[in-house]
Amino acid sequence: MARDETIAAIRFGYGLGAPSEGSAGGLIDGLDGPDRMAAQYPVAGLSKVLSEMRSYRALDRAVKAGTDGAEAERRAGRDRLQALFTEGFGQAMARIADTPTPFRERLVWFWADHFTAVGRNLVHRGGAPTYVDEAIRPHVAGSFADMLKAVVTHPFMLIYLDQAASVGPASVVGRRRDRGLNENLAREVMELHTLGVDGGYTQDDVTELARLMTGLSMHPERGFIFRPQMAEPGNFRVMGRTYGGGDPTLAHVLAAMDDLARHPATAAHMARKLAVHFVADDPDPDLVSQIAVAWRESGGDLAHVYAALLDHPAAWAPLGGKARQPFDFVGATLRAVGARGRDISEMDPGSLRRFLARPMAGMGQPWMSARGPDGWPEAASRWITPQGLAVRITWARSVTDRLAERIGDPRAFLDRALADAASERLRWAVGAAETRAEGAALVLVSAEFNRR
Amino acid sequence: MAVSRRGLLKGAAAMACSAAAHPLMTSVTFAAAPWDARLVVLILRGGMDGLDAVRPVGDPALASARPSMVRDGVPLNGFWQMHPALSGLEPLWRAEELAFAHAVSTPYRDGRSHFDGQDMLEAGTAPGMGAARDGWLNRLLQTVPGTEGRTAFAIGREELKVLAGPAEVANWSPATPFDLSPQARLLLGEIYAGDPLFAGAAAEAMELAGSIAAARETEDADPQMMEMMQAGGGAAERALAAFAAEQLRQETRIAAFSINGWDTHRDQAGPMRRALGRLAEAILTLKEGLGPVWAKTTVIAMTEFGRTVRENGTRGTDHGTGGAMVFAGGAVRGGRVMGTWPGLNEAELLDRRDLMPTGDVRAYAAWAMRDGFGLGANVLEASVFPGLRMGEDPGLLL
Repeated sequence: MARDETIAAIRFGYGLGAPSEGSAGGLIDGLDGPDRMAAQYPVAGLSKVLSEMRSYRALDRAVKAGTDGAEAERRAGRDRLQALFTEGFGQAMARIADTPTPFRERLVWFWADHFTAVGRNLVHRGGAPTYVDEAIRPHVAGSFADMLKAVVTHPFMLIYLDQAASVGPASVVGRRRDRGLNENLAREVMELHTLGVDGGYTQDDVTELARLMTGLSMHPERGFIFRPQMAEPGNFRVMGRTYGGGDPTLAHVLAAMDDLARHPATAAHMARKLAVHFVADDPDPDLVSQIAVAWRESGGDLAHVYAALLDHPAAWAPLGGKARQPFDFVGATLRAVGARGRDISEMDPGSLRRFLARPMAGMGQPWMSARGPDGWPEAASRWITPQGLAVRITWARSVTDRLAERIGDPRAFLDRALADAASERLRWAVGAAETRAEGAALVLVSAEFNRR
Repeated sequence: MAVSRRGLLKGAAAMACSAAAHPLMTSVTFAAAPWDARLVVLILRGGMDGLDAVRPVGDPALASARPSMVRDGVPLNGFWQMHPALSGLEPLWRAEELAFAHAVSTPYRDGRSHFDGQDMLEAGTAPGMGAARDGWLNRLLQTVPGTEGRTAFAIGREELKVLAGPAEVANWSPATPFDLSPQARLLLGEIYAGDPLFAGAAAEAMELAGSIAAARETEDADPQMMEMMQAGGGAAERALAAFAAEQLRQETRIAAFSINGWDTHRDQAGPMRRALGRLAEAILTLKEGLGPVWAKTTVIAMTEFGRTVRENGTRGTDHGTGGAMVFAGGAVRGGRVMGTWPGLNEAELLDRRDLMPTGDVRAYAAWAMRDGFGLGANVLEASVFPGLRMGEDPGLLL
């Protein structure tokens, strides 16, 4: 059985090959202190994204008005927004390559998946990295309620799940114009983000929350904005509690989010989700209940919640119950081969797409493009398919061909990448390969490296 | 007897695998499945608005429920009109190779969750039965002796629960390059020996990649398909459908893939037009690629739920219940809209918001399998769709 240090790196990080936290205490301590990776490899801020989107829309109008030369400018504007997306992907991978605290990056992507938001088109997609850095990342070691509130007030989510277009039928705007409710985000907040599909809510709760959430909107220059003239006036009853009354305000909406974040159904839903993601597709019920208790007692204070997870013996059970998703597999490969964040960060968008993003899509996981707001599936069998494995193998071979010199002796590479998690059988096969590159590829395609 | 004959033929086919697509080899491919009919199941993810795809324009309540929605379309008969994005399918309607069932749903009620709805659609079960671990197409394979790894094909990079389960199913996506040296194959076999998930996936990948490449007439089919898989505007659906047709012309009898993009909460006109366009492309590409095999083919397109009868405040529709399903193929008794119309007046709706389901999508799928594959109603109602009552025979296939 692997040592705890190996388990910590593989189960809660992006594997061995680069320095990481080492122990349960180290994992938690690593969440304290400044977020150096975000500062070192920044992504575009919201104001930059909004200004690109405004200029794209102006060019779009110019093209429709038949202005000379506008078409080429519009294409350039769209390319810039697409580049924001691809560069954000590059920065995410650069952070993974360099970080001494990979648990933080794992948590960022766990929560980004939990609060999945996908660009509606190539233009909107340019805001995806910004959404993760602004709504998710600052809160991964803080309070779940704060993250939830940041998500439901972020323009990227408001557009993705249609909230920005939802209007209270009895609001000023609703009475003046023929517009009304859209319950998309309200439903997903309860079903996916908080209570869970079995969390005891009804269609009435969904409708009431949708009415309460009207007014969450966006402004082309300022980003998020609460527009009282779009908000339904009145009282709203959600899960047995009443919100609203008087003039509609943002505080009414946020109060409901605070309650949903602390609800016992949310604690149970999220405890299970964390255990499934980090430990096993079918986790020990005692582990789940220990996490849920910590959630309820702390009101969703995430550092407490993770401590409860890491404190349970099931978190240190033998490795291999889960498959690394393609994003994790690519990130773990970069760390194993000793890629430097600086080099990844400086790749141009075309190279990032060719070498990293497209192969990841072929493995079944195009970056930040899950097909629905429920995010990516967890089961190992979903990822280790003939198709997905074939692409992993083909990509691993191209990586080891390209980096054969840097990787060096495949047996030493095996020790760096898997240490005591490697089986004897793998050790033998790596030594029996025809070339160094092929031996190194065997390490990367092995079940040990593709599981965690 | 049957087993040994199949084994023999399989060996012969393996030796002559570059000839597998040759027309003279069809007698071999016939033996690979216990029937000759072809079934294609398209899972429309996101909740297709059946009332917009196939519009009951003869119901006077439609116009007031959906004041902002466009009303021009392809008239089918006095009562029904097809969305203009499906106009490419009009020749199929006239040739009686296209049919619809309306006011249908799975037994899923009240939750209106895409994900639970799709799970139930693909499991083919009803609420309260516990979660089925396998999909209904996989259970169909489990009930029929003599199916092989290629009898059924799950196509694309996404999960297809409808085909998942203990019966062996092929799983591949067009345009997957995979070329290994003999030594690399041996070593892979060695390192995966202790892990059935990896061993099985790798063995199937090697087999599929080898035989698909060998059956291709041209070398550049993969790069072409790869480009299509990455392009928009229905190109990916064309690639999936062309690949499905290629397999169905050989020994495959069942193929399934997904078409996404039906969750039209806002400004429905655009996304609906694009999604229906992709569906039409997929059906027309299947017809073209299948050639004479189209005559034996049934395509069924089904979705997890329909959408609200009334348009919402943002010129879209929210999650509902009753909806429509689409049938196409030379085997279909087409040119009609099946089902019992419940009406669109408020009192006739489910929860005063959704189209009231009067038929079960599983019953239509069951009748298609009874007619096409000769399966008994007892098997269909007990094993494939446990607890289903198939009801009256709609005479789905010719």
